Amino acid sequence: MAKRFPSTKAANDGQLSGVRPDPWDQLRRYTPARIALGRAGVSLPTRAVLEFDMAHACARDAVHHRLDAAALREALGARGHATLEVASAAGDRQTYLRRPDLGRRLDADSRPVLDRWRAAHRDEPDLVLVLADGLSALALERHALPLIDELVPGLGELRLGPMVIARQARVALGDEIGALLGARQVVVLIGERPGLSSPDSLGLYLTHGPRPGRTDAERNCISNVRPEGLSCVAAARRLSFLMRGARELGASGIALKDDTPLPPGGAPVPGDGRPIGPR
Amino acid sequence: MGFSASVGVQRFAFEDLRALLAKAGPARSGDALAGLAANSEAERMAARMVLADLPLRRFLDEAVIPYELDEVTRLILDSHDESAFAAISSLTVGQLREHLLCDETDTAALRRLASGITPEMAAAVSKLMRNQDLILVAAKCKVVTSFRNTLGLPGRLAVRLQPNHPTDDPKGVAASMLDGLMYGCGDAVIGINPASDNLPAIIAMLQLVDDFRTRYAVPTQSCVLTHVTNSLRAIDGGAPVDLVFQSIGGSEKTNESFGIDLALLREAQAAARSLGRGTAGENLMYFETGQGSALSANAHGGVDQQTLEVRAYAVARAFEPLLVNSVVGFIGPEYLYDGKQIIRAGLEDHFCGKLLGLPMGCDICYTNHAEADQDDMDNLLTLLGVAGVNFVMGVPGADDVMLNYQSTSFHDAAYLRRVLGKRCAPEFEAWLIDSGIADTDGKLLPPAPGQPLLQLAASL
Repeated sequence: MAKRFPSTKAANDGQLSGVRPDPWDQLRRYTPARIALGRAGVSLPTRAVLEFDMAHACARDAVHHRLDAAALREALGARGHATLEVASAAGDRQTYLRRPDLGRRLDADSRPVLDRWRAAHRDEPDLVLVLADGLSALALERHALPLIDELVPGLGELRLGPMVIARQARVALGDEIGALLGARQVVVLIGERPGLSSPDSLGLYLTHGPRPGRTDAERNCISNVRPEGLSCVAAARRLSFLMRGARELGASGIALKDDTPLPPGGAPVPGDGRPIGPR
Repeated sequence: MGFSASVGVQRFAFEDLRALLAKAGPARSGDALAGLAANSEAERMAARMVLADLPLRRFLDEAVIPYELDEVTRLILDSHDESAFAAISSLTVGQLREHLLCDETDTAALRRLASGITPEMAAAVSKLMRNQDLILVAAKCKVVTSFRNTLGLPGRLAVRLQPNHPTDDPKGVAASMLDGLMYGCGDAVIGINPASDNLPAIIAMLQLVDDFRTRYAVPTQSCVLTHVTNSLRAIDGGAPVDLVFQSIGGSEKTNESFGIDLALLREAQAAARSLGRGTAGENLMYFETGQGSALSANAHGGVDQQTLEVRAYAVARAFEPLLVNSVVGFIGPEYLYDGKQIIRAGLEDHFCGKLLGLPMGCDICYTNHAEADQDDMDNLLTLLGVAGVNFVMGVPGADDVMLNYQSTSFHDAAYLRRVLGKRCAPEFEAWLIDSGIADTDGKLLPPAPGQPLLQLAASL
């Protein structure tokens, strides 16, 4: 939950106003769902209404939060990573939400940025990471650096290209970026559609041989990267596994199966396999 | 052959029936994204004026997706009932609107008309109807279906209990299920969206709900909303499958993107019927639809999203479903931008489905990147309640923690039943009274300490 208010006050409120508590609130330990909320007549107690609306407010803010690219660039620079900044053809958030097609294409100013980098570097990169705001820049700001810190030391001999920060970006924008930089593989780190209890969920999309026109079936997705979901450590491990598999297969997507072991307990990862990234 | 209209000095041309239908529709982001929407408000109205004068016969002569290329078109035209159509065969689209609104066109007349109306006719007339028209005509339609209880009777409102859990944890699912039943929800179906496509996990969930249902003698049906091929495999494996679920679309290509065709649906329906699990009837298909699915699959073929949605109902109609659910706001703002568009689409879908004779429900819902909130959902919920919707969703606190979207809650359903005096399915109502969950007026009771479900909750 984004926010849980203390329940004692709610109980006290209810006694005064005639709220009926639900005598099965012990079931709440089995699910994050909003059960045993109690009722005022047939309606929600005030506290439950406010909790819900607070979660919605946080999710809405996450959608409209503007990526702090300067801070991200600085932090990446401090780690010794070269950084480029690009934007999609969807100039603002309203356009981005209405026109997914524009979010999948670079704007006119961005292509020369990538062309110049490529002209100045002899070797084509094995891997380019695209840091995309997607539907939650918050997710990128919170989890991109920890993920990169986990991932990069394990890359070994692989040539890592520049970090590309992309605004108003959808997953497929990585195809054009990867192609212009001549990258063998591209991984798009992107803010997923915020849920009420997950305003900052990061998705990772791997595409082998990126070029415009690749379909979603040609990508592999790792979803729900955040402390309450899939940890950065586990996500980096699975991503490395998939990148290696794609290099061996010469392709990513449905042909490449993710048979990394399930986490302890054998339960599927929340949100796993149901990409809710901004495609 | 195209169409044209003049408004003052402006002249508008519409290339064909597809273009006319698309440009006559109310503004929505999905049609703009597909490049099909009217370019101005005047063009939209010009299209509506042309559409109003169009004879209904035209829809039998010109298919929006070619007959040779699309099995949904073939289904629509091959199953068209000329004798039912006779009553309206000389009308234009504008006259059909008036005919539907007339007092003489009552519940029985609408029922007789259903098989004579093609999806394109329904879509066309809906584009000329205001929200109150959509509500009034839908409220006159009665579509009753049954499996283990009876749904769609006048004065009734059923609820799908949707106890989803992020990892399909059995106790987590059970907790939400108990919560919903204690609020009088679950008569439409206890339907779980699984987090994984893993077959043993799906069978385990089917078994869990069925064991619970039989132990407490709940007169309802269950469903795990997985791909139809998984349901077939579950049936082969001896699992207790009540309803077969599938997402469907309004063109062959859309259905292909869902991995289905009509033959596969027929196979699944026959397999589930062979189990003979229905006690009150054998409507056992559960379909979900939603405007924008065809565009999302690059399969719209130049047809607007609302017309394609109604074509999906023609697919549903061929399988005598128990439930058809338009998941109206799930797809996102690139198809339905805000609360206004979602509300309009929800009313259109419900009207068109009912007109075609389908047991329509609605997942009144939105995502966090759409310009919508709980007030919009309250509005649509109330409007659809007045329109006589067969069922709505019941999700704990309206927050689906697995699919990450907001739907309607158990409290919302209780609100609607209270404010409109609606009751649940009769068999389920009797069970609620026997179980001490509700009184004979449908009012929720504070649970007694020995209440069986409360005891189960304590022992979970």
